[in-house]
Amino acid sequence: MTTVNEQVAIDHGLKKDEFKKICDLMKRTPNLTELGIFSAMWNEHCSYKSSRKHLKNLHTQGKRVIQGPGENAGVIDVDDEDAIVFKIESHNHPSFIEPYQGAATGVGGIMRDVFTMGARPIANLNSIHFGSTQHKKTKNLLRGVVKGIGGYGNCIGVPTIGGQTCFDESYNGNILVNAMTLGLVNKKKIFYSKAAGIGKPVIYVGSKTGRDGIHGASMASAVFDDKIEEKKPTVQVGDPFTEKLLLEACLELMADDSIISIQDMGAAGLTSSSIEMASKGKLGIELDLSKVPCREEKMTPYEIMLSESQERMLIVLENGKEENAKKIFDKWDLDFAVIGKTTTSKKIELYFDSKKVADIPIDFLAEDAPEYDRKWKKTKIPQKIKFKKENFKSLKINNCLIKLLSNPNICEKKWIWNQYDHTVMGDTIQKPGGDAGVVRIHGTEKAVAASVDSSATYCFAHPLTGGKQVVCESWRNLISVGAEPIAITNCLNFGNPEKEKNMGEFVECVQGISEACKYLNFPVVSGNVSFYNETKDKGIKPTPSIGGVGLLKNYKNMLTMDLKNEGNVILVIGKTEGHLDQSVFARSILNEKKGPPPEINLFNEKNNGSTVMKLMREKLILSCRDVSLGGILVAIAKMCIKGKKGVKLNKLKSLINKFEFFFSEDQGRYIIEVSKKNLKKVENILKENSVHFDNLGEVQKDNYINIDSEKISVDELSKHNKNWLMEYMEQ
Amino acid sequence: MNSSVIIFPGSNCDRDMDVALKKFGFKNEMVWHDDEQLPKSDLIVLPGGFSYGDYLRCGSIAGKSKIIKSVVDFAAKGGLVLGICNGFQILTETGLLPGVLQQNKNIEFICKNVFVKVNNKNNKYFNSIDKDVLELHIAHNEGNYFCTNDELKMLEDNNLIAVSYCNEKGEVNEKSNPNGALQNIAGIFNKEKNILGMMPHPERMIDKYLSGEDGSIFFKNLLNNLK
Repeated sequence: MTTVNEQVAIDHGLKKDEFKKICDLMKRTPNLTELGIFSAMWNEHCSYKSSRKHLKNLHTQGKRVIQGPGENAGVIDVDDEDAIVFKIESHNHPSFIEPYQGAATGVGGIMRDVFTMGARPIANLNSIHFGSTQHKKTKNLLRGVVKGIGGYGNCIGVPTIGGQTCFDESYNGNILVNAMTLGLVNKKKIFYSKAAGIGKPVIYVGSKTGRDGIHGASMASAVFDDKIEEKKPTVQVGDPFTEKLLLEACLELMADDSIISIQDMGAAGLTSSSIEMASKGKLGIELDLSKVPCREEKMTPYEIMLSESQERMLIVLENGKEENAKKIFDKWDLDFAVIGKTTTSKKIELYFDSKKVADIPIDFLAEDAPEYDRKWKKTKIPQKIKFKKENFKSLKINNCLIKLLSNPNICEKKWIWNQYDHTVMGDTIQKPGGDAGVVRIHGTEKAVAASVDSSATYCFAHPLTGGKQVVCESWRNLISVGAEPIAITNCLNFGNPEKEKNMGEFVECVQGISEACKYLNFPVVSGNVSFYNETKDKGIKPTPSIGGVGLLKNYKNMLTMDLKNEGNVILVIGKTEGHLDQSVFARSILNEKKGPPPEINLFNEKNNGSTVMKLMREKLILSCRDVSLGGILVAIAKMCIKGKKGVKLNKLKSLINKFEFFFSEDQGRYIIEVSKKNLKKVENILKENSVHFDNLGEVQKDNYINIDSEKISVDELSKHNKNWLMEYMEQ
Repeated sequence: MNSSVIIFPGSNCDRDMDVALKKFGFKNEMVWHDDEQLPKSDLIVLPGGFSYGDYLRCGSIAGKSKIIKSVVDFAAKGGLVLGICNGFQILTETGLLPGVLQQNKNIEFICKNVFVKVNNKNNKYFNSIDKDVLELHIAHNEGNYFCTNDELKMLEDNNLIAVSYCNEKGEVNEKSNPNGALQNIAGIFNKEKNILGMMPHPERMIDKYLSGEDGSIFFKNLLNNLK
């Protein structure tokens, strides 16, 4: 066995002073297995050592919150007996090294987090970010990631109902794969990871342990260099079939009261699952590693403890329930082994071949894990760009609109979601491609809406504003399908926290998220942090992905964005100020990448959203879409395309020019379709609530967007919007 | 009418099928693959999913499971056996239906609505359906039907190609073929037409809030024809 010294510790990703702290705590040099356990528990991925201080400031309270951050996933109350369990998690580093398996196991991991709590997964979503479309790796990575997400989710039989795909050169060397799952659970049957009771059997179930994924969590806690290919063995290999069996077996066992606590073996495998259970229960745990089912020969205690083989669970059972539990796992052809027991020692004690191979007080691994108050730098708000008349002189609305609709970040992503089973389980009532996906709560009148959003461009320009914006965007997307926004989960993807600039981006994004969540009463209930998304000194743009969840009390009131009937009036809710800086229009057409992101006015955001919800409750809105990338005209074009209708837009009465009016990305806005007969009523409600709105025009039967004398064919727009990604992938 | 849905490890449309059958008036029971006996049934359904992870070949391991012997006997006596998606794959693997389902031509999983033309109404499944074209939903990675020339001739001569992929107007052509299936074949019968295997999922199209409602027509009709 290797002798442990400072160099060995450094090779495990620990810092010199961290190794010294370990030796001081232990009052001896740890052996290799112990060192491995420390490195797994003290890495960024598991310990949140750079982020913990700031995450404490997140807004996590709300009257529907049953479980906030700190468990396998968050839980919210959706009335009656029902609760929704949900979380988003990153699988960035492995997906770049091996896109299919990386993405697949990301989906598998997040689903386990959800069914560990007793919930049956009912919907998956994802947020994926790739490098420039011109970069040589992008296409293969996209293809692999999409296949991996589909390969896993489709096999389990959980619909993938939405997501988001972004391309930006800052992800050339580090793609992002964030997977989100929602599950449904009975409020009274939620399972937690806190162990309780002494001498209770500790059970290992699921797949056998192999040598895959050893040090996966440590790999995800470091930047990439030239030797990235060598890291392939740290990527886990997924087996969705086994996960499906594990899901059914666990839910079957959960039907009675034999489980005290349950935890999936995710990052850092058996190490973090056993330690977390014991730590939360303030107990000790004793494991005999010889009893762990292994699929490879001669695995050492070190390998067994650090393997990240997938589809495994650790369960603390009530005494005497082993026989019955084993029967269930036998039925589903899954391994089942009693590998240890809970103790009073408050230590983790490991045995192998009857010899003690590790002995560490739990507190050293959890409570005493380092916490850093890293230095960080504030980002100043950039100066606003003064666009001049000449900037717009040679531009035509028609051409600009086509260019925007076929922009990689705006175009339709059907090529992606046609590869995801989005209809299995028979409750998907809003498919991908809308503002949010919607699934019914099986057998009830209720439905849940969910969306994932990020806006790295805004966050990069000004993290504080960007952080607020992405929460607001999520809020708006949920409202746009007729849901009441309830809570979010966040996946915080950032560069190297040891750099002041990156750390500053993190701190200020979190601050922005927290402010918006608090103001909108839209708490964070779960999430994860992914740092070190950096390759050879080049980091990603700060990318918090926000997964929002909302409730529809009656699914029949769901809204879609497709325009419904000719003669109806189209309004834009919220004020259009003409903010072009950081818009897709400014960046891709004017080639201007500087300037501040659009300002967030939380009062207006809340007031506009609440008033739109009020209009919905009175059934006054026929279709709805929030205004986001590309501005008003892109939003209207998408509504036309989906509804196969045209519009006639009124002459502008605005002080700003038509490009600013149509393509600016001012926040807090929605496009709504209203019947003429209800127009007065709608206008009154908007006025009563001091909500600014503009009457944009009317829905038309002919398939054209008519602006002044310009006539833009919706079929033509549709072609550009739908074909871009397909053609790109086929080239 | 009594129906049974067989659950294999990895089946994932079993609940959806159960919901659909019950919605339209079947008394449905779920049957575990490891059982030997089938409950008294008028209809046996092999549901969609990834039985045994689709390892080895889609449907091949399920085709060897314990319950299948009873299904074969049931079919031999003229009982109705319906295989949807993975169920269709299992039926070809057991030899109850000819041919194989290969990987889709574009080597991608496809999940979308499709139209199928009903070619033969002289059977319990489609008898007295008014429509000639149904809008159904597919979700599969291996739906590309293939068989030998002799088998194809046999299917055609006996009018056993139950449904073919087509467009909204009912035109069967290359453009309306989502997965490369031979002659746009979406589903076939055995000679006696008591066994139907098809890739599209009628159970996902049973109310207007879902992808469509043509699945309802299929189930209502099937129940009526069994009465």
